[in-house]
Order: sequence, then structure tokens, then C-alpha cells
Amino acid sequence: MSDVKTETPISSFRIGDSAPRPDGIPKVKGTFAFSSDLWHEKMLWGGTLRSPYPAARINKLDITEALLIDGVHTVLTHDDVPGEAVYGLEHADQPVMAAEVVRYEGEPVAIVAADHPEIVRRALAAINVEYEEMVPLTDPEIAESVGHIHPDGNVFRKINLRHGDQEIQGDIQVEGVYEVGMQDQAFLGPESGLAVPGEDGGVDLYVSTQWLHADRRQVASCLGIKEEDVRITLAGVGGAFGAREDLSLHVHLCMLAMRTNRPVKMIYSREESFHGHVHRHPAKMWYRHHADREGNLVRVEARVLLDGGAYASSSGAVIANAACFAGGPYRIPNANIEGIVVRTNNPPCGAMRGFGAVQTCMGHEAQMDKLAVALNADPVEIRLKNALKTGDQLLTGQIITGTAPVAEVIRTCAEHVPSSQESSDLMSLPGGAGRTADPEHISRGEAIAVGFKNLMFSEGFDDFSSAVCHLEDGVATITCACAEVGQGFVTLAQQITREILGVEEVILAPAATETVGSAGSTSASRQTWMSGGAVQKACEEVRLKLLQRITEEHEISIDDLVLVEGQVLSLNGDFSISIDAASENPLEARVEYRHAPTFPLDENGQGDAHVSFAFAAHRAVVDVDPELGLVKVVELVTSQDVGRLLNPVQAIGQLEGGAAQGVGLAVMEEVLVAEGNIRNASFTDYLIPTALDMPPVEIAAIIEHPEPGAPFGAKGIGEPPSISSTAAVVAAIREATNLELPRVPVRLTDIVSVEESS
Amino acid sequence: MSNDFYTLNVNGKDHQVADSWVGESLLWVLRERLGFPGAKNACEEGECGSCSVRIGEEVVCSCLVLAGSAIEQDITTIEGLSAEGELSDVQQAFIDAGAVQCGFCTPGLLVTIDDLLEKNKNPDDLTVREAISGNLCRCTGYGRILEAVQMAAASRRGEKRE
Repeated sequence: MSDVKTETPISSFRIGDSAPRPDGIPKVKGTFAFSSDLWHEKMLWGGTLRSPYPAARINKLDITEALLIDGVHTVLTHDDVPGEAVYGLEHADQPVMAAEVVRYEGEPVAIVAADHPEIVRRALAAINVEYEEMVPLTDPEIAESVGHIHPDGNVFRKINLRHGDQEIQGDIQVEGVYEVGMQDQAFLGPESGLAVPGEDGGVDLYVSTQWLHADRRQVASCLGIKEEDVRITLAGVGGAFGAREDLSLHVHLCMLAMRTNRPVKMIYSREESFHGHVHRHPAKMWYRHHADREGNLVRVEARVLLDGGAYASSSGAVIANAACFAGGPYRIPNANIEGIVVRTNNPPCGAMRGFGAVQTCMGHEAQMDKLAVALNADPVEIRLKNALKTGDQLLTGQIITGTAPVAEVIRTCAEHVPSSQESSDLMSLPGGAGRTADPEHISRGEAIAVGFKNLMFSEGFDDFSSAVCHLEDGVATITCACAEVGQGFVTLAQQITREILGVEEVILAPAATETVGSAGSTSASRQTWMSGGAVQKACEEVRLKLLQRITEEHEISIDDLVLVEGQVLSLNGDFSISIDAASENPLEARVEYRHAPTFPLDENGQGDAHVSFAFAAHRAVVDVDPELGLVKVVELVTSQDVGRLLNPVQAIGQLEGGAAQGVGLAVMEEVLVAEGNIRNASFTDYLIPTALDMPPVEIAAIIEHPEPGAPFGAKGIGEPPSISSTAAVVAAIREATNLELPRVPVRLTDIVSVEESS
Repeated sequence: MSNDFYTLNVNGKDHQVADSWVGESLLWVLRERLGFPGAKNACEEGECGSCSVRIGEEVVCSCLVLAGSAIEQDITTIEGLSAEGELSDVQQAFIDAGAVQCGFCTPGLLVTIDDLLEKNKNPDDLTVREAISGNLCRCTGYGRILEAVQMAAASRRGEKRE
């Protein structure tokens, strides 16, 4: 970006400016403390023994040998869990450590604390577990009809969404079956943390997470102690993308620290990380779209099946999103959608950026393209014809009262003329220079896709954030438990505070459970709205208190006062006082902020379940060598509905970064699971886009229509970039190859038909 | 190690490594024994580049280097890029361009890019992409990072970039 302001002093960065990150300097110097950098003089190292089998009975678990190793301080198992044996975000069904059975490959079985990680590894190897293997349930299609693999059954949630006429037929009907593979969040900073036992019987946990207070609730329950005795402080987070919404090593660390009465640190290896957090749900989707001869959608029928893996995590909310947004951002008068998420012995799945809407976007956008073909219509026109707008109904019957510039995102994206230059460099060919793609054979494809999802938590969840603003001597201190995971809330919190209080210096206190109430999760594109809203409200209360104080002390009407650049001035210029002086006696406000209430879905999947929606479109250009099956994503263009742009540079970072994860899912990223076992649990074998894989992302339009009810009119922007990018890339590959390609990621063998040798 | 200690030269200063186990990687020794946590540990198998440091004239993944094999060589870590406390041009460009999000890949990228710009003051887009293709970033999609490299390259050439 050429419009980045670098010469302006930091103090002037307010709402709408490209304020730099307050943690930028330590991050570029290498001094920012991530959770894996934590250190304590007396600390031990922790480790986890995991099941090698996706389904097995534990017949014997003997830790005697491990305990004898010099330097081992403790070995703990299921029997040592002091409180509740199971935990979970929505539904507690996941054991802290396996008791009689293991239900997925990688399920924790025992934990160790020792002097050195190498001793930890030796101790883990010395634990003797006798497993009796069972046949794993790995096919989600049969999960509903076979015997239960968990006392809570094999169906996490089933939604039968019925909207309008259930029988009406369209003159034009298109049908398809689509699949989405399991994607990993692949954050770079591995799961890690440090637990320090407290003298009061409690514990201090420093950990990378997305939601401190939900962690605290679950950890306290499993430890069998009061919530206030578990004090969680956010440690530096190396990316999250949904994978840190569930507990990982939290309870284990606390158990080890409390048992040994020593601080204990744990870091997952990359391989362990692949087994230690939830993934994006793999999906199988059947769709039938009905339209009239003019291309107006008449009805959508769909069945969406998600594989939730062994434990519930947030599966219930993911399938609700998949069902509610199954049709895409279109006007669909009639629909019947069956959404089901089931339990299997595959790796547990849960939150990942886009949360259910990514999977269905790949399906509904393929259907819209099929409809365009059936009608001999332009794919952009067919989308524009059906585009949702304010006042339209969703499949849930909810009327969109906020902004919904769907036609605008599609049109701007479709019309944008790319500025990038064609490259003749061999490195730019599919497969890069090391392969043998022939320029003569390259086929180019281009396509557009559009998607949407809800912002914030839905279905009647009491969704709130908390913040404290403290103003003293002209310095504002903001305390909020919002987990900064890289998204830039810390920047925004400073911008909001400067905007409202007119102060220069804004200090951000650590995010911790001890000092402030819950901020809710850093997920669902919700923190700009929710914690941004909480900070705004806290600052406004302090501002009011400050003005009231001045009004009382100086007999000036509050309406005559303004805050400008560190001063409180009267409009007529007769009075001024510095904010420093006016706040010598400190002022403070402690607030909770809630969005407008939502309501549960009824038995037909109908109801005002959501608060607000954000929309984005992507256009992809790809080059394919059809003989080699190699794909190069040449270019992405995007338009996004943001409500109001609060920080241009940070917003672009979200649009580019989210699109990269979408490209990954389209052409390279899949957790390969064979008979319940992850086959590629490493960055050698699970490939994420490098700088050579990722095309430039051209931003056609950042669309600003302030959202009613949103702080500053701004919508969350984190997830939409990951929703339609995958669908656009696979559609472009279809254009280039004339293949149906009903599955992502598109594999080499999906493009090249490999002849079976006998 | 049979000896009580060995010496590593990190960012121009000698550091003694005492009581270490022979199998420890340079990454481990830097992070856990010598107090240089800037090099990061995202994969520990040489794929992600987050542990990149320079040994002599070569950027390496410190997770793949045995610490003992780096004796008598000049090791430069991220902490050595702003030795005097002043940010280097690349570090400043990362902040200005918005190339930092979670920041976990940042130290490794900075070491790699600093090395690239020492050797090539005018790298084109593809050259930069290839140079940093061993450094994974999951947050940014690389766009702002590429912009930061060009900003820093322009400043090294003495140009003012608009």
C-alpha cells in the first residue's frame, strides 16, 4: 500500500487511520513473549502420551517404569483428574485423559513432568499401555445407524430447516454432490503454556488461547476448584484461526503444576499440534437447486453432512451455520436443508475461520455455476439477479435489517480490471521451475464466487464483552480480556480510546481473568464489534464522568465542552483545561457490552437467530497444465462488505491472509485421514501456501455502508475472506479444465486421470 | 558433551554453553540456554523457516543445526538485527507496511530478508517470493510482507518510495 502513513506520530492514529500495531516493535525485534517463550527458573517440562489408535480399549496402563526414571517428577493419568473427567465448549464429552477407551488417534492417555524435554520423551516411552484395538467408525455416512461409540451417542446435532413451500418445483433443476476435505488451521505458534501453582491452592496459567474465561470455566471444573482460583493470563499467541477455542494442554499443565508444586511448561511439537487441536469439519453435501426460466431461484434442497470426529467441540454451532447459510447470499423463497454433524473415530473437528460457511459456499457456488450453464446465462448475472439485499428473508425466515450489499460486492469484483502484469518467467508456471509444465499446454480459467456468514454468536447465546477504562493524569488504561491472536484488536483498542477521549497515551493492560470479565471468544468475526463496543462504551462513560466533573467544578454546560488533542475546551473558547490536569484524580468505568438479542432456531430451523451478516466476493484466475495436473493460482480479486473501515492496512492484511487460507483449501491443504489415522501431521506433508503459491490479492472494493447497531458502523472482517476464495479458485479450475471437480482440495489426480495398471 | 562447556559466538559476542546434551539443536540452545528466544519453533523440521538464523553468510534453519557444529562461526539472530536498539530498515518496513500480524514468522522472515537485501538491493517480485518461500506465514498471505521488502529495498537504494 502506498498510502501507509509512517511520518505521523502514533498519538494521532484514530478510527479510520492505518495505526501501527502497539506490539509491532517487540515482534520485529524478536522480544515479544509468545507462549512458547515463557520461562521460569524452577520450571519443569511437561509432555503428553497419546493413543496411537483411533479406537481401542485400554486394558492396562502402567506408569511404574516411567516414574523410576531419574528426573521424572510425576506421571498422571485419568485416575488423577481431581474434578470433572470431561470438558467441552458447548457440551462436556471429551475426557481430560482417556479412561477405558480411546476414541481418536492422538487422544491423551497420560502426562509427565520432568527436568528436561528429553527426559519427558523417555518417560512417555516407558509408560506401558496395553490397548485392545477396536474397529474404528470412520465413515460419517453410517455413524447415525451404527452402535454408539460414546455414551452421548453418535449424532451431535441434526437440523431440519424447512422454509416456505416444500414441494414446489422449478422449471430448471441442477443437482450436485460436493466434498470438502479436512483443513488444519496451521497456526505457526504451537500450543504451549506455563502453569504456576499458587500458594492458596489455586493455579496461574499463562497460555495462548482465544477465550480466557471459557478456558477458566472448563479448567476449574476439571480441577475441581473454584473458578476464581484458576487465574488465566493470555500469553503471546502465534495465530489461532479457531484452533485455540477449545482446551488443549490447559488442564494437563495445571494438574502437573499442582501435583509437583513446581511451574510446568509444555510445548506441542508440530506433529502433536496436528493431533492436539480440532480441525475444520470435512463435509459431504448434496444440493438440488430449482429456478424458473428467467433464472430466479425457486427452491433449494440440500443435505449437509459434517464429520465431527470423536468429540463435540463446537460442532453444534458449526452445523447451524452450515444449514442457515447453505443457500448462499441469495433470495431463496423456499428451502429444505438437512444439516447433520456426527461423531466418528476421526480427529475431532470444531472451529476454523468461516465456521460452516466455507464448506457450504463451495457447494452453493458450484450450484450457481451449474444453474448459469443450464440457463445459458452469465454466472455473474445469475448471481446479481438473486442477490440478497436489506429487507430480504434468509432461509431461517429472518429478515435482514442491516446492510447487505451483495450485488455491490459481486459487481465491483466482477468489473475490476487487474493491474498485475503477465509473467513469462518459468517460475510462474504451474508447478514452478522445478516441474515441466509446458507453456503451450497451459489452460487458463477465471471464475467468481460470493459468500457470507453471521457475525458474532447466534441462537440466543448471551454474547457479551467486558472492558475497563481508567483515565489518570491524561493516560488511559484499557483492560479487556479479548485475546489478541494477531488480528489487531490491540491496535483498534488504542484507536477507539484516542478517538473518544482525545488522549495521546493508551496503555493496554494484559488480558487476564483476574482483572476483568469475559470478552467472549476471538472468533466469529466478533471482537471488533463486541470488545470494540465494550472499549467504546467504557471510554464514553469515562468521557462523560470527566465532562461532568468539569461542569460541576467550573459551572459550564456539558454541551459546551469538547475534547480535542489532550484538551477539554469550551466551544466559545473561554475555557480550557488539559485532560492531564482534569484527570489528576482518576476516573474509571467498568462495562459490559451486548449485541442485540438473538433467538433459538425452532424445530423447522426458523427464527431470528443471527445479529448481522458480512459478505465478500472473490474472482480467481488460474493456470492449469491439464497433462500434469498442476495448478497455479495466478490472481485473486476481492470485494468485501466491511460496514466501516477502521484501519485500512490491518483490513488489507485480513483480506489477503484470509484469502490465502482459502487458496490453501482449494488446491493443497488437507489433513489426510486413513482409517482414523492422520497421515500427514507435519509441515513437510501438510502443505500451506508459500509466497510462491500465493497470488497477489487485488482489492476491487472495500464497501463501506455503516451497519446499524455496530460500534462505529463496522462489521467484523476476519472470516469472509476465507469463505468465497476457495469456491472461486475451484470454479476457475473447472473453467480451465472442463472437469466437474466436486471436491476440494483439487488434487493432481482429480485433473489427470491416472490409468489403473492391472 | 565431554567438555564442561563450549562457546558459541552469537551476534558478535561469545557465549558459553554449559552442561548441555550433545543432541541439542542450535535452536534449542539459543532459546533455552542462551536467552535468545527470538528464533521460533513452529515445525522443528526445517519446513517453516521461523527458526532462521544466519551462520556466517548463510541463512539456515537453526532447528536442523546441531549447536555443537556452530562453534567458531558467526551466528546472527533476530536479536542481532537491532543490536543498538534502533530498528533496522527491514524491521521498520515490516511495521510500516503492516507485515506483522501474530508475529511468529516475523523473526525468521526478517533474518531471511535482511540477508537477501545484503546480497541483492533490487530484487524483483519473483526473486523475493523465491527467497522467502522457505518461510511460512499463516496470517498475512504475504502481500504486506512483499510490500515491506520493496520498501526496505528502496530505502537501501536511497530512494523514497511513495
